[in-house]
Amino acid sequence: MSTTDNGPAVEIPDEPVTDEARVVTVVSPKAAIVLGLLTLGLGLAVLLGSQSGDTTYRLASRDDLFELPEVTVPVTGTAIAALVVMALCTAEALRRYLGRLRLPMWLPIVFAVVAMTGFLTWAAAGGTVPLVGLLSGSVALAVPLVFGALGGVLGERAGVVNIAIDGQLLAGAFAAALTASIVGSTWAGMLGAMVAGALVAVILGVFAISYYVDQVIVGVVLNVLVIGVTSFMFSQVLAPNAESLNSPPRLSAITIPVLGDIPVVGAILFRQTVIVYLLYVAVAVVTWALYKTRWGLRVRAVGEHPKAADTVGINVVATRYKTILLAGAIAGLGGAFYTLVSVQGFNREMTGGAGYIALAAVIFGKWDPIRATLAALLFGFASNLQGVLSVIGSPVPSQFMLMLPYVVTVFAVAGLVGRSRGPAAVGLPYRKS
Amino acid sequence: MSDERPDLAKASTGPADDDGSAEPQATPPVDVDEVRRPESPPWHLVVRSITSGNAVVAVLSVVLALIVGSLMIMFTDESVRDSASYITARPQDFFSASWDAISGAYTALFRGSIYNNLSPTSEGRIRPLTETLKFSGPLIMAGLGVGLAFRAGLFNIGGRGQMLLGGAAAGWVALNVDVSGPLLLVLSVLAGMLGAGLWAGIAGLLKARTGAHEVIVTIMLNYVGFYLVFYALSKQGILQQPGSVNPKSLPMPEDAVLPRLLGDQFSLHLGFVLALVAVAVVWWVLNRSALGYRFRAVGENPHAARTAGIDVGRMYVVVMLMAGGLVGLAASNQVLGTVPDGVTTGLDAGIGFDAITVALLGRSHPLGILGAGLLFGAFKAGGFSMQAAEGIPVDIVLVIQSLIVLFIAAPPLVRALFRLPAKEAM
Repeated sequence: MSTTDNGPAVEIPDEPVTDEARVVTVVSPKAAIVLGLLTLGLGLAVLLGSQSGDTTYRLASRDDLFELPEVTVPVTGTAIAALVVMALCTAEALRRYLGRLRLPMWLPIVFAVVAMTGFLTWAAAGGTVPLVGLLSGSVALAVPLVFGALGGVLGERAGVVNIAIDGQLLAGAFAAALTASIVGSTWAGMLGAMVAGALVAVILGVFAISYYVDQVIVGVVLNVLVIGVTSFMFSQVLAPNAESLNSPPRLSAITIPVLGDIPVVGAILFRQTVIVYLLYVAVAVVTWALYKTRWGLRVRAVGEHPKAADTVGINVVATRYKTILLAGAIAGLGGAFYTLVSVQGFNREMTGGAGYIALAAVIFGKWDPIRATLAALLFGFASNLQGVLSVIGSPVPSQFMLMLPYVVTVFAVAGLVGRSRGPAAVGLPYRKS
Repeated sequence: MSDERPDLAKASTGPADDDGSAEPQATPPVDVDEVRRPESPPWHLVVRSITSGNAVVAVLSVVLALIVGSLMIMFTDESVRDSASYITARPQDFFSASWDAISGAYTALFRGSIYNNLSPTSEGRIRPLTETLKFSGPLIMAGLGVGLAFRAGLFNIGGRGQMLLGGAAAGWVALNVDVSGPLLLVLSVLAGMLGAGLWAGIAGLLKARTGAHEVIVTIMLNYVGFYLVFYALSKQGILQQPGSVNPKSLPMPEDAVLPRLLGDQFSLHLGFVLALVAVAVVWWVLNRSALGYRFRAVGENPHAARTAGIDVGRMYVVVMLMAGGLVGLAASNQVLGTVPDGVTTGLDAGIGFDAITVALLGRSHPLGILGAGLLFGAFKAGGFSMQAAEGIPVDIVLVIQSLIVLFIAAPPLVRALFRLPAKEAM
């Protein structure tokens, strides 16, 4: 947290500091090291893996307005080109570190895209990569993660650590299946999911805000509690009466006119279900509200310095309750995606720990809704990538493909994100004295 | 906890070390406000409120959790629901059906975990207790691993990955090292601790060197570890049983299996004794050693600890190595004791995550973790027999366990629910 760590070098201007000149640039060799390691990794893979031939990228999907041609690239040439660009990026990162310059945001992004293309081309040699399928599948896998991450960001910005995201997703999935089956409407299911997510948030609030219990404890325990309750109810009630209680109607995809007809992008983003469109709205509204409205300022104030917020008349406890209720409802809606879109019907522990990945996305995204969304999309892409590659058949044993997203995350967190710093008062209950 | 504060005071007012290394100085130039912020961690307050005569709350928490569990059993029981439909006509049916459902469940839980009065033989009657101890062992060891990291301010969610790596390492040594006799067992257990310790150490090292958040890293390492062990188990020449296609290793050799404690009719093995030893060692490290003092100082306030001359980064690495080692002990317990018929990716059996709840219930104190591990072990042993005898899903145990942890952490809530007088000045 402090800049006195022996890790990053700190540049402090020699001349007397005026108000304008008080700019401290923190630079660190981490980025260059990590980029170098990744370049080396791909280089070794290309050298030892002996892949050759061509890789085809299919850009078109069904129902396109006009069909895009397939793009075929030679494996060796593309891999070498990618390696050269990656090496250049690494060199640039190194130069900036030596020159005490800040690393621009575009550098890791360019690196990531190029590295991904190079790797994909190499791994899928001789096959065809369905680009649209790959990307739209990524969006589908990322939807619950993004909802969960949004809920997490909101809660933590208000000073409440929300480890219970997984519980909220699971509760949402359960409630969506149950209510949608009983009422026979997907809208009821979505509403039920939001209520269930908010209910978990209420328990979190009662213990963490009103009774000052450590928020991490409450969160972890709530996850276990929700797993227990939903699995118990599933075996006792849902499974024996599956037709009446666990067969929700399926939410179908809606194509947005005009936008849905754009090649590639349209198929990926605008031929989705209502939940996904609600997701776009949620990300935009949460981001705008958090940074541009009076409400958002209050939420952030309560999370950074509750005492100061209280002093100027903001009701800290009420603000925290309201925010985590909203956050819980958002995360719960994400859970509905499991039972209304991905699979029809609830099954025990069906989130498979996605809430923890969403939590990772919150921290990875540095508590910012947009960045957390991007991080969640990255996780979705990575977990879809291994599925696609296992169909095409790649030279790497499937277990290594499966672990790739997680390894890359560790590298990214260690090398690019570094010391992530949350809201100052996160995790501390507020006691009015 | 009561012995902690004098301990802290003693150490910080003791004579300064001549070499001036990592020992805290006599009067650390630390802003008092920073060390003891008025609104700083509720942890101590919570801990103090439990240890200072809050046994009533602990008992009531268990009662409350059992009541909630009863309600869930009641409302999902078939005959209770049937009788509820004519409750106004014959309420006694409803109440007797409810009583049957609830008492049946808890009697089965008791018979499965403590004492089975229905068994004809005396071995059969005390077998449930030995089963409880068998299930407690790994929970205590892994719980210590999570708890120790907690005391240094690190949240180790990586129990699953550490269990897998430790189990695979222990299994590999047991199958491949050409030693016979008890030495093989010792080497295998040590390998399990080393494997898990190094895996956890990655998270500590990354936290120390780059500031990477240990929560993310340990979560990610769970997945990486799973696939790594999965690969090793499905590759001939590493761990996979020769000639097999299943991701499973050969059974452990006789010499590497933890010996049974009470003869062959009980499955309780030496692992439980190892758990007790681990409790004693961790207690000593935390409360009596300079290293434990540094762990706690870093956990209380890393800035103050750094100012006092403690190498915070090194402490992160060391504590994660030790925490992983403890989880690895639990993994060895599984691979070499409880399930010695071969390493699989299921060797974790949920212990890595249960350990978090155990550590939380035990307040990260070795003795508390011992108690929590015994309680959860009893639930685990009893839950299975409850499912078998009464057809009640074992998941109800998760509900009861998590409610106990929640209620014990919020004494004022429990007091309010039972209308007990609020506790006077703590």
